[in-house]
Amino acid sequence: MNAAPSWILDLVALVGRLALNMAAALGRFGLFLAQAVVFMLTPPFKGRQLLSRIHFIGFNSLVIIVLTGAFTGMVLGLQVFITLSRFGSEAFLGPAVALSLIRELGPVLAALMVTGRAGSALTAEIGIMRITEQIDALTVMALNPYRYLVVPSIVAGLITFPLMTAIFDTVGIFGGYLVGVKLLGLSRGTYFGEMTTFVDLGDIATGVWKSLSFGVLVTWVCAYKGFYVGHGAEGVARATTQAVVLSSVLILVWDYFLGSVLQ
Amino acid sequence: MILVENLRKSFGEQQVLNGVNLEIGKGEILVIIGQSGGGKSVLLKHLLGLLEADDGRIVVDGVDVTSLRGRALDDVRRRYGVVFQGGALFDSMSVFDNVAFPLRERTHLRESEISARAKAKLEQVGLATMGHKNPAEISGGMRKRVAIARALITEPEIVFFDEPTTGLDPVLVSAIHRLILELHSRFHFTAVMVSHEIPEIFQIAQKVAMLHDGRIVESGPADLIQASENPVIRQFIRGDPEGPLQAH
Repeated sequence: MNAAPSWILDLVALVGRLALNMAAALGRFGLFLAQAVVFMLTPPFKGRQLLSRIHFIGFNSLVIIVLTGAFTGMVLGLQVFITLSRFGSEAFLGPAVALSLIRELGPVLAALMVTGRAGSALTAEIGIMRITEQIDALTVMALNPYRYLVVPSIVAGLITFPLMTAIFDTVGIFGGYLVGVKLLGLSRGTYFGEMTTFVDLGDIATGVWKSLSFGVLVTWVCAYKGFYVGHGAEGVARATTQAVVLSSVLILVWDYFLGSVLQ
Repeated sequence: MILVENLRKSFGEQQVLNGVNLEIGKGEILVIIGQSGGGKSVLLKHLLGLLEADDGRIVVDGVDVTSLRGRALDDVRRRYGVVFQGGALFDSMSVFDNVAFPLRERTHLRESEISARAKAKLEQVGLATMGHKNPAEISGGMRKRVAIARALITEPEIVFFDEPTTGLDPVLVSAIHRLILELHSRFHFTAVMVSHEIPEIFQIAQKVAMLHDGRIVESGPADLIQASENPVIRQFIRGDPEGPLQAH
């Protein structure tokens, strides 16, 4: 029996190597979060770093959240009004805007916006700290870089993402109100009255669960990409791009999964 | 005080350390010299516990630190001070906060005491008026001096210097070396320095070790190394392009 041609063996070796590398990377990615969770639950806690991260991820993203929330609500108000008017159901504009925002668009768009603004900056900051040996400096000072950089970022994500989403939803609903009531002539009572009839706590809980999980997902991916950055400025640039792309894709995939579970 | 025994490390196919043996006495200033890319920084990272060796061990005061992890390793690191090549100053903090940082995080001293010590340390490195500045606003030489102040603020027993004078002009190189000597005579720490500043390092080193091909080819008192007949050391010290050392 003839031995397999060498190119087949090379191909098998390449596939095997790629599979092993991928398994190792996934393992490292999972271990990164596991370590962060352990340090999150054990003292000492770094309150000052946490406040700084909340400011960095949350407060600094406020303007973009308010802007995108307002225009999302206004677009929704206009498009849903046009669609509903074909069926003579304009009265349901309020609940349609509110449900779309609270269950779906608020958590997803707010997470995407914060990823673009703060997630990329988080990867770049941690990445630069890595290549300029600042993370090594923390380590040799016997200070755990997970406690200083990763844990505060993930906890800040858990705190700020639901708040950002709530602001996005609220501004969006008022955006829809501006278009539907002030511009297109729907009555104010109808807009808000129907909303309280159709939106229940379960819808709000869905939005909260989504935003909480997005908060962990985005900060986990972005901190990881910064922590294991490649070499030099090019490495930081690549890590930042990868962090934003991967976070955005994972937000949409996870949103579909959660949407199916939390119907 | 520090004993390196048969230390080996490879990255993929590339063998960087190929059985390094080295002894560093208490209070000594040892300078490790060698070609760029020859593994000096890799050796230093092993001494700091930032890289895991494939084989061999590093013993600090009788404790094998290569087998230590977590808190046990951190206990050893608390005895260290490190001056990184680029300073590794935290760019989110002022110069003063950088120097005060190890005391704030690792001690329970009051802020007034921390402040007094950080000011004194900045004064010792000649930067008393620079505390409010951001690391990005000061020169390369100043950043090195801030890094030295930060490394020494906890009065460590062992201080590691990773090419502390690289990229500085000759006057600054001498000034930094003089500063290290002054601080060493005052605080009596053990110093391990990685450098290829020839011949300047012979003014500061008490002992010199030459790393070549992943091994220490020779180590001993600075004057003996300077007069060594070893062709590798002679070529390196003279900066001769011809000889056993290849430019890479």
